[in-house]
Amino acid sequence: MTTNDYFQIGLYLVVLLLLVKPLGSYMAAVFSDTPNRVTRIGAGSERLIYRLCGIRADEDMGWKRYALAMLLFNVLGVLVVYALQRLQLWLPLNPQHFGAVSPDSSINTAISFATNTNWQGYGGESTMSYLTQMLGLAVQNFLSAATGIAVLIAVIRGFSRRSAKGLGNFWVDLTRSTLYLLLPLSLVLTLLLVSQGVVQNFKPYLSVPVVQASTVSEPVLDAAGNPEKDAAGNAVMKPVQVSTQTLPMGPAASQIAIKQLGTNGGGFFNVNSAHPFENPTPLSNFLEMLSILLIPAALCYTFGAMVGDPRQGWSLLAVMLVIFIPLLLICTAAEQAGNPLLTHLGVDQHASAMQAGGNMEGKETRFGIVNSTIWATATTAASNGSVNAMHDSFTPIGGLIPMGLMQLGEVVFGGVGSGLYGMFAFAVVAVFIAGLMVGRTPEYLGKKIEAFEMKMASLAVLIPCALALIGTAIAVMSATGVEGIANPGAHGFSEMLYAVSSASNNNGSAFAGLSANTPFWNVLLGVCMFLARFPLAIAMLAMAGALAAKRHVPESAGTLPTHTPLFVTLLVCVVIVVGALTFLPADALGPIAEQLMSAHSISLGH
Amino acid sequence: MFKLLRQSFMLLLVLTMITGALYPLAATGLAQLVFPHQANGSLIVRDGKPVGSSLIGQSFTDPKYFWGRPSATSPNPYNAASSSGSNQGPTNPALADAVKQRIDALRAVDPANTAPVPVDLVTASASGLDPQISPAAAQYQVARVARLRHLSLAQVQSLVRRYTQGRQLGILGEPRVNVLQLNLALDAPAGQ
Repeated sequence: MTTNDYFQIGLYLVVLLLLVKPLGSYMAAVFSDTPNRVTRIGAGSERLIYRLCGIRADEDMGWKRYALAMLLFNVLGVLVVYALQRLQLWLPLNPQHFGAVSPDSSINTAISFATNTNWQGYGGESTMSYLTQMLGLAVQNFLSAATGIAVLIAVIRGFSRRSAKGLGNFWVDLTRSTLYLLLPLSLVLTLLLVSQGVVQNFKPYLSVPVVQASTVSEPVLDAAGNPEKDAAGNAVMKPVQVSTQTLPMGPAASQIAIKQLGTNGGGFFNVNSAHPFENPTPLSNFLEMLSILLIPAALCYTFGAMVGDPRQGWSLLAVMLVIFIPLLLICTAAEQAGNPLLTHLGVDQHASAMQAGGNMEGKETRFGIVNSTIWATATTAASNGSVNAMHDSFTPIGGLIPMGLMQLGEVVFGGVGSGLYGMFAFAVVAVFIAGLMVGRTPEYLGKKIEAFEMKMASLAVLIPCALALIGTAIAVMSATGVEGIANPGAHGFSEMLYAVSSASNNNGSAFAGLSANTPFWNVLLGVCMFLARFPLAIAMLAMAGALAAKRHVPESAGTLPTHTPLFVTLLVCVVIVVGALTFLPADALGPIAEQLMSAHSISLGH
Repeated sequence: MFKLLRQSFMLLLVLTMITGALYPLAATGLAQLVFPHQANGSLIVRDGKPVGSSLIGQSFTDPKYFWGRPSATSPNPYNAASSSGSNQGPTNPALADAVKQRIDALRAVDPANTAPVPVDLVTASASGLDPQISPAAAQYQVARVARLRHLSLAQVQSLVRRYTQGRQLGILGEPRVNVLQLNLALDAPAGQ
């Protein structure tokens, strides 16, 4: 690693941490039960929305009603996105005249965006009309993020309320997340991104002449539109001159802003934030990377503020950083070291003032190595899933890091809201383990953790693990699953393991060589995304409902304090042990095997 | 249940209007007002006509031009209507073969140059549209371009310098050279 690598990583972390407290306390005010300076600003528009929708803002929902509202709202969202894709041909704002998206791809994408996963089986600039992108995908970017935050706030109320029946009002939490938090941040980020060159317009794609024309071979089509075959059965090719380039356009910046802030990750263009129109400069890249972790990190502070003990929030943030930083350094070192198989071909991979060096396959020149690895680590630590480099072309160890971070259950930052409520499940498991050691009933934040809470926390921890392993097993055993593989050997298995791990943790990034836009993959991953999102959220709401009803237990000499380095260490161990025990055998067949084989072939001089 | 369903439907409708229509329209209006050049694709205009975008690379295979990053878009390289990386894994033999072919192509047009090839010049970019190469990759090609265009090394060097950007704000990203702008400048009649 170079000095500049360390410098850029340091700058990123410092700016991120400086923003945690201001944004965190702002969010605490937004979701506060009592009216305050912040909520008074938007009170008028809030009231109007509630009146239009027949919502009583003061209704306090029990956990079942809260969960039902959340589920209904999101399933409706899935249906809308599905319908928009199927009907886009007949709807306005489709200047490229894209046809209806296939049923399996449409349902996959609809679930993907409603579950905050944003797995993308399609290429944006060649599939989706502007209307579908705006009214379907961008809307779900907002609402799935707002849903995650709402559920988190309800779960926090489970800890902070005493002998209470309700967890708050889902409609109010959802509306406030959108109006007070996501919209203003997105609007500011949009303008910053446009200043750097991200496109924002409603124009049709623009054809420009190229400086040097070239020729490509295209298959000759017969009258019926089928490729003609010669006597040997090979397609007949004809040279076609390429003298123009088609520049894609569209309302990209507004969608990219929320995609980064809401840990969504679904790109406007096929290659996501590697596309120069989606992420044109190092500054746009810095802002987009910052946005990935901004809200998940700040929510830790919000949590501390809402339970009346900021140290509780800082300790969970510490757990996340203790896992995140070493993995980031390993990923950067692996990518900066380059691909040993290219060295003997006469390729210069050394970092210098003149070049970033390292493993540049699938990376952009303006980002080089360190900005690609910060992004890859942040986007998989948070369940964002956007990319600015192709993870499929990372070195074996460099690619293991993003895969491993997803497999840790998306609790190291994780999705907005969902990451932190996932971390609560691990924290409950951690205090339970500590309780077993000393033979006392475990407590967390003054609430006794009993059988029901443990069952719900265990469900939340185990659902993604089970989905990822069972889903991968199904894919490996199915001929249509294996057909999608792009790279030979262990790496091909990694592509499948990565895809299912990504869907089962609502991440959405990919080893993108895998051809996943097939009915098999669309259905398998769609099921994984749905089950990873809603049953887990409902389990956490159930836990919160039970906790809210309990009385507060005063701290005693036997209470394990949950803001100390000891607890941070314990929780880090629990997160890593669960992840490692579950996934090490599978990872050993993928990236670890690939790394060993790569080292072996070099030692043999191949 | 029915009440919740009606509330879901209405709130989805209202929030869709706000986040799906008002927000992108307001964003577009502001963007077009404040940053019209960037919002419309950072186009390079010559004689009143767009000749490309400074953010989107083009394919160059003629040795008298600087070559950019290899591109994995299909059917032709630098197809901006369908961005794509190669997604070749690090141990995929096809990757090593592709890199070897690219090195051979570079050596074939400039046999005198035996220096190791900068990595970004022989590896496919993530987008397939990377507009830039590293300064090392530009330096690797300076002598060739100068020779084929009968220009002095100093003339070509000064053009390369003009289209080289350092780290943004002195810290962020990597130094880089814009290939399309550089090649357009090489083609421009002297004095422009």
